Amino acid sequence: MSATFDKVADIIAETCDIPRDNIKPESHAINDLEIDSLDFLDIAFAIDKTFGIKLPLEQWTQEVNDGKATTDQYFVLNNLSEQIDKLIAAKGA
Amino acid sequence: MRLEYFQMIDRIVALDVAGRTARSICTVPKTSTIFEGHFPSHPLMPGALLLECMAQTIGWLLIAMSGLNAMPFMAGVKDAKFRTAVFPGDELEIEGSVYHEGSGYAVGDAKGRRAGKVVCEARIMYTIVPFPSPEFRTALFEWAERIDVPVKELVR
Repeated sequence: MSATFDKVADIIAETCDIPRDNIKPESHAINDLEIDSLDFLDIAFAIDKTFGIKLPLEQWTQEVNDGKATTDQYFVLNNLSEQIDKLIAAKGA
Repeated sequence: MRLEYFQMIDRIVALDVAGRTARSICTVPKTSTIFEGHFPSHPLMPGALLLECMAQTIGWLLIAMSGLNAMPFMAGVKDAKFRTAVFPGDELEIEGSVYHEGSGYAVGDAKGRRAGKVVCEARIMYTIVPFPSPEFRTALFEWAERIDVPVKELVR
């Protein structure tokens, strides 16, 4: 498990009052953890501030709506953590 | 303040898009049916409406930051405080700032003062979406001009 996943899981547990042990790398934020779009805004805010990035939520939503991506790519937590790592790396490049 | 239209701001007196701050004046009307109920013989400006004054001040700042191209809708409130009673006729100065600009959302802070003393404050989250219709955009521009938002300078 990555350090990024651990931080994301902590954020989700705190923001959505979900037991930390229920949050797994393979959990889908929407389908498994039942996080709605409003709660996900709070999570995105906490992620943005914690990692100093800007999650491109509008772009991801557009890609999903256009059928160019699946929600799994962005909302399964190990995938989300990888996306965060990429954004952190891009910021430092 | 046009309470009956839920348009709380009299005028925007300062707007700094680069600095992400705005200041507005909101004067509580001396009479309103709201004060007949809130409360009988003891009229007070409801805290929920003070929150709306703060939300609209940050909201106009976010609209200005978008070049008058997007609409913020209030999505959440944290740490709202109403420190003292506000009465009919009081003039409030609301200071708003954008704390974080996310993708499709933003978070702002606001404080309301009466005669320099803080009476209310809140952190407010917004979702930001395109204008729902051309008619909405037209109506919003008219509203903006009525409260001294420099539409022509800001529009992109």
